[in-house]
Parts: sequence; structure tokens; C-alpha cells
Amino acid sequence: MNIQAMAQDIPVEGEHAIEGVDFITSGDQYLTFLLAQEQYAVDILCVEEIRSWEQPTKIPNAPSYIKGVINMRGIIVPIVDLRLKFGIGEATYSETTVVIVLTYQSEDKSRTIGFVVDAVSDVLNVESADIKPAPAFGGCVGQQYIDGLINSEQKVVTILNVAHLQKVEKHRLHS
Amino acid sequence: MSVDLSQFIPSFLEESFEGLELMESGLLDLQPGDNETIHSIFRAAHSIKGGAGTFGFDSVTEFTHLVETLLDEMRDGRREITSKDTEILLESVDCMRLLIEAARDEAEYDHEKVAQTSMRLSETLGNEQTASSDSEKETNTSVEESVGSGYHIKFVPEHSLAKTGNDPLFLFSALAELGKLTLSADTQELPALMDIDAQELYLSWNLTLETKVDEAEVIEIFEWVEDECLLELSKIIDSSNVPVTDDEKATVNSEQEIQIEAVEPVEIDASSTEEIASNPTKQTTVEDTSKTANTTAKTKAKAEVGSIRVGVDKVDSLINLVGELVITQSMLSELGNDFDMSKVERLTNGLEQLLQNTKEMQESVMRIRMLPISFAFNRFPRLVHDLAMKTGKAIELVIKGEQTELDKTVMEQIGDPLVHLVRNAADHGIETSEIRLANGKPEKGTISLDAYHQGGNIVIEINDDGAGINRSVVFDKAVEKGLIDANATLTDSQVYDLLFEPGFSTAAEVTDISGRGVGMDVVKRNIQSLGGRIQVDSTLGKGSTFKVNLPLTLAILDGQLVKVGTETYIIPLISIVESLQIDNKLINRVSGNMVLYRLRDDNVPVLPIYQLFDLATECTEIDNALLVVVEADGQKVGLMVDDLLAQQQVVIKSLKDNYQQVAGISGATILGDGSVAMILDIPGMIHMALERAQKAQQVNNTGNGNMTAEVCL
Repeated sequence: MNIQAMAQDIPVEGEHAIEGVDFITSGDQYLTFLLAQEQYAVDILCVEEIRSWEQPTKIPNAPSYIKGVINMRGIIVPIVDLRLKFGIGEATYSETTVVIVLTYQSEDKSRTIGFVVDAVSDVLNVESADIKPAPAFGGCVGQQYIDGLINSEQKVVTILNVAHLQKVEKHRLHS
Repeated sequence: MSVDLSQFIPSFLEESFEGLELMESGLLDLQPGDNETIHSIFRAAHSIKGGAGTFGFDSVTEFTHLVETLLDEMRDGRREITSKDTEILLESVDCMRLLIEAARDEAEYDHEKVAQTSMRLSETLGNEQTASSDSEKETNTSVEESVGSGYHIKFVPEHSLAKTGNDPLFLFSALAELGKLTLSADTQELPALMDIDAQELYLSWNLTLETKVDEAEVIEIFEWVEDECLLELSKIIDSSNVPVTDDEKATVNSEQEIQIEAVEPVEIDASSTEEIASNPTKQTTVEDTSKTANTTAKTKAKAEVGSIRVGVDKVDSLINLVGELVITQSMLSELGNDFDMSKVERLTNGLEQLLQNTKEMQESVMRIRMLPISFAFNRFPRLVHDLAMKTGKAIELVIKGEQTELDKTVMEQIGDPLVHLVRNAADHGIETSEIRLANGKPEKGTISLDAYHQGGNIVIEINDDGAGINRSVVFDKAVEKGLIDANATLTDSQVYDLLFEPGFSTAAEVTDISGRGVGMDVVKRNIQSLGGRIQVDSTLGKGSTFKVNLPLTLAILDGQLVKVGTETYIIPLISIVESLQIDNKLINRVSGNMVLYRLRDDNVPVLPIYQLFDLATECTEIDNALLVVVEADGQKVGLMVDDLLAQQQVVIKSLKDNYQQVAGISGATILGDGSVAMILDIPGMIHMALERAQKAQQVNNTGNGNMTAEVCL
């Protein structure tokens, strides 16, 4: 067997482009997902994993949008239903319902929380110059959660602020 | 060439504290003629001194040197071992600990105490001069350290200095990094050009360094040349320029030298200290207080991170287990490669093996955190010794079961409560020798500490054969304080429990050891926060026993799994009194729909978990439900559950990491099927229920005053 010949067959970097995969990226990457018919996006570096929906364990007296906690490889992760939190669409749980687990590193600690969304759609490359401020005309999503808007083809995608999403509001017991 | 010595400081400190403990326990056991013990004490002191010298903790070195000298005399038989000397040595050990702690935290220490002790040490050594010089030096440096604005340095190197590879220029540039350096060379010794040997150094220098760093740092620069030069260092103090010669050679190890050298500065010091003292004291005190405030915070933070020593056998067994685990894993993955139904049996075997391995591994890992309780007990011989001296009572301490192992976290937190209990036993429990003899007891009182395992718990008993607790005194006191009604009938244990009420003390006299009534409630609270219990048993005239029940570890909990609706909850086994099927006839509804369950003589309020936690459940009827009677803070309640499941050990996971503290829940755990279950926080739940009841009453009162008034009537 001719080793020389075999070596020639091994593709050398640059000669063979792998088709269908766009490796060239500039700017930041965002993971987009659907809530009802609207598109939203989060910084892809915060995404820990994407899971399918499973029934979590309830947390007593928690607000309705906090569905409970799940076990993610030994870590207890709370699950927030974004549709309920933002009041968009209906909270139905089907085969395609997914949970995006986000980890955000704040100054002293990191927090991991799962967010229920209708479906994950795409990864977007965005130059920071292309992010436009969101007009403050109301809508269900609080202004503090929104980093800006980007145009993607015909649609407008809302970029969410992970740091704010991760903040757990102190909830009191409602008796 | 500088090796960063600071990286070794933590291990030096750790060794030093161990050495101090060794010295202390040695001294307490010390009998005249016991050479072996003296030797080991001496060795400990010696290595502390050596280490401290290396790292430049001069205050430690100096002080330890005195201790060592005294020990040396004892070791050589030149000095009788008397109890007086032992006392001084014990005190010295305390001082050394102070000094080393100060060195660790870069903080100030109690100069007065150290000075006094070193004075007493020197007096014992029969060398008055060293004593005075030493103590003054001590106070002297303390003043200097905070005031000095710079140093005059006279540096006269030996001619051969350059031959040893030292270059004064390097020294000066190092000095210049500390502050503003001005220097003048002294060329007096320079011989005629013909006589000059190019390899010799004939110059000497006078340097002025304006800096705020302390003396040790300046001296450190000369560390490599100190044997080959004459070095004089004096402080520039404010503008008054009072020179204080501090002998640099104080760090030199040989003892003869220190005695000779020390004589010299005495005269200078004596005159100058007063002058200095009059001027800058104010400044010093102000600076000191701010410094202490700073450092206390720092100390706390530092104390948090610790290390534990783990026996090699434990590590070895862990490594063995990991090895087995790896084998099992490869066996299983091979099996999984081409699996068919004929291999089911091998699969179940493999899984069983995995289970076994995991269990052993879990136990093994938990054992790493386990330390013998002697770590907590070690301080008691000294404590009791001191207490006996202070109170003038004869007390013997008996320690049993020191090898009983306990989780490190539990150990750290149980120390203070135990100290408190032992102090109480010594102070209130044990009577004076006269009373004891009059009562026909042995003259010497005995306090015994005993630790043993019982079930999944560890029990620590503190026994004393003293006076015991006078039930009626406690009762009267409680009535006086308004804690109980004068007509109340209480069982003995209920009376003893009153001792743990805040602000309760039965000691006729308040001593500085105990009796202020601060503490027993804290003791109880600390023990409870560890998930433990404390029980008191006492016989008047015979003595008392305090029994502390603690969980072996905080990471794992014995729990009872219960089902409420669709959810599974875990009730800590330690808080469960009993579980029972509700008998319809024993349910009483009283004072406005409060549900009570008659449990023998007690009326236990029933808390339905589904109401408290707002859950949907089919079992809302109280008739057929199961009742788990739990107790917390002396309050019994019945938790209504749908079903009792298994009892098992669960690993506690915090909810706070990714979420927040939840009322009524102390944590979560992962069950065998991978699902999460909440662990109930019984005191928290009771608190929650009380709060809700109060709120409901308020609403009632404001909403319909007349109605409630009628109900109350």
C-alpha cells in the first residue's frame, strides 16, 4: 500500500470547502426562536443546551410562569415559560415545545435557567451596528428585557437581554 | 535571585498551628521527668521558630526563641518542671498563636499581652536584662511601625563582599524601589591606588530612605549580605529625628548572641522610648483602631477557605473504587455494543455491580469529609484546665470516643456550642471541693465528654457529677421571668427545656465565665440549625447530662418520601414523630374551623400540604388521609399527605444556586428516576402556616368585626 498516495487523498485545509456550512462569521451570533408567531433571539454564547419539554417538579407558591425545576445532569434548573411570562400566545405543551437552557455569568456567580418557547428556528449573524433600538410603544414584553430589534429578511426579530431574563423576581406567597 | 517564599506561607501556618496544638496538649500532660514529651514540645517550638525566621515573621521568632530557651533548660535537666513554668509556657503558646495569627492576617496583635508574657518568660529564665530590653523592644517597634517615615541606614560591607557574588548596586536599586533613596559613599577606607585589590570592596555607605514600609522589608533586602556587613538601621521619626537603633541581629539564631547584643540597646531605648511615646501615641491609636476594623473582616474571609488532611488509606480506597468503577463501565459499554436478549443476565449483573460501586464510592467520598471528633474535643483539656484554675475547683476531664467521625462542616459549627456547655458544667455544675466533700462526693469533680454513633446520628454527651439542676429553682425563675404560669404543671424535661429560653440564667452569681444567660438559647439554635437536637437530663445532687444529637453530615439526609397530589415531597426523618392513619373520631374543629387532631393527650393542629403549597389534589378529605406528625421548635403539627412512600437517603441540593430560597422548602434532591423532589423545611412550613393564619384573622377582623367578636366570646 502506498502511503504517499494515501496522504495525497487527505484533504488539505483550504482546498476543500465543506458545503452548506457557513464558517465565516462576523459580528455576534444569535439563536432565534418562536413565541406564537413572533421571532425572538438570544446571544448564542449564553445557550447551554436545547431540551425537549418534560414535566418539571412544581415549586410551591411560585408564580404561574415558573413551571418548576428539572434535573439537568445533577443540577437543579428552574423552568420559566416565556409565553406566560410575556403573555404571548398560549402555553400549550406539545412534541415541538422546547426548553432553551441559558447560563448567564454575572459578577459573582453563574445562573442556569431553562426557558420554554414554541420552537427554535435559526442562528443569525448580526453586526452590532444593525441592531436598532426598539420603539417604546408598549407590547407585552417589558422594555428592560429588550436589547434591540434586527431585520431578518421580511421579519423583525426581538433580541432579548439574557441578564435581565435571568433575574429572578422575588415572589411572595399569595395567600 | 529571589524565590517567592510567600507560596510556602500557608503550609508554614498550617504546620505552626498543628505544632502549637501539639505543644499545648503536651504541656497539659507534662509530668516531671517526662523527657519524651519535653522533647516533642521543644521540637514543635523549634520548627515554628525556624519557619518564622525564614518567612521574616520576626515577632514570632523573637518570642519563640524565649520559649525555646526555657524548654531547652527543661530538656537538659537544668530546670525542674514546675506547674508555674507550665502555666507560663501555656500562656506563651497562646501568645505564639496570637503572633502567628497576626502574621497570617498582616494584622496588629495584643502587644501588651505578648510583652507581659515575654517579660514573665524572661524573668523565669533569670535574666532580668533581656526581659526589660525585650519587652521594651516590643512596645518600641509597635510605636515605630506606625510612625516611621523613613530610615537612616549605615551599610559597611566587609571587603570580601563582592567575592561572594553580591553587588551593593543591586541592593541599592532594590531599596530605591521602596521609596526615595539618597546615599553618600564613605571613601575613608579606600587605600592608595597601588594597594587596591580589584576584587575587594572598600567603600561604605550612608543611606537615607524615605518610605512607609516596615523595617522587616528593608532588612530583607540585606538578607543575603547580613553576615558579611555591618548594618545599622535607624528610624526617622516625624521631624524630631530621634534615632532608635534597633539591632538587626535580633533575628540571629544563636542564643548567646542575643543576650549579649540585647544589653546594648537597653540604655538607648530606655531614654528614647519616653520621648517617642509622648509624641506620637495619639496617631498610633487612631490608626490602630481603623486597622483592626479592617483586619477583622479580612480574618473572617480568610478563615472560610480551609483544607483538610485526609488519611492516605481513605484516598487509596477511593482510588481502588474508581478503578472498579472504570472496569464496570467498560464491561457495560462492551455489552452495549452488540446487545441481544441472551445477554440480559449479564446486563443485570453489570448494573448490580455498578450500583454496588456507586454506593461504596459515595460512602468513601463522604468519609473524606469526616474527621474524628477529637478535632473538636482537643481544645477541652486546656479549657477545663483554665476553668479549674479560674474557679479554684478541682476538675477532671474524661474524654471518650474521640475517634468517632463527624462531617467537617458539622464539626466546625458544633465547637462553640460544646465549649459553652462545658463551661456551664464547670461553672454551674461542679461544686467547690469543700461542698463536694461535705456531700460525700470525691473531692475532684469530673466532666466527661463522650461521642458515639446512634443510628444515622452522632451523639455527643456532656456529663458532670456536680450539683445537678434544681428543678424548683428553674421553675421559680421561669415564673419570675414570665415564661410560664405559676400554676403550670410541667414534666422534668419541659422544665429543663426552659434553660434554653433567651435570657435565662439560674446562677446565683454572674461570673465572667458564664451565667449571663446569653448563650444557652444560642447553643440550642446552633444545634438546631445543624439539624440536631439537645436534651437535658439531671438528678439533683448527682449531676447533669446534656445530650446533643447531630446528623452525621449536612450533605445527605434521611428522608421519608410522601405523595401529595402529583408531587413527591421529602420530610426529614429527624423531625418526624410518628405517622398515622387519621381516625375520624379524633378530629376536632375548634375556634373557627381550626382542625385539631387528638394524639393521645396532645392536640395537634393539622396542616394540609396541598393548601399550604397551593396544589391540586384529589385527597382533600381529611377522613382518609395520612397524617405525618412532625415537630419543630417544640411545636407539633400534623402534615396531611396522600400517601407514604419509601424511606431513603437523599443528597441535598440547593435551590438558591439557580433560583432562590423558597418558603417552606429547604432544598431539592434528585430521586432514583431522575426527577426532582422538594425537601420540606418543617420549621419554615410551621412559620408559613402561622403567618397565613394571622393574615386571615386580620382580614376577618377588619372585614367583619362583630362576627369575630362573637366567635371570641
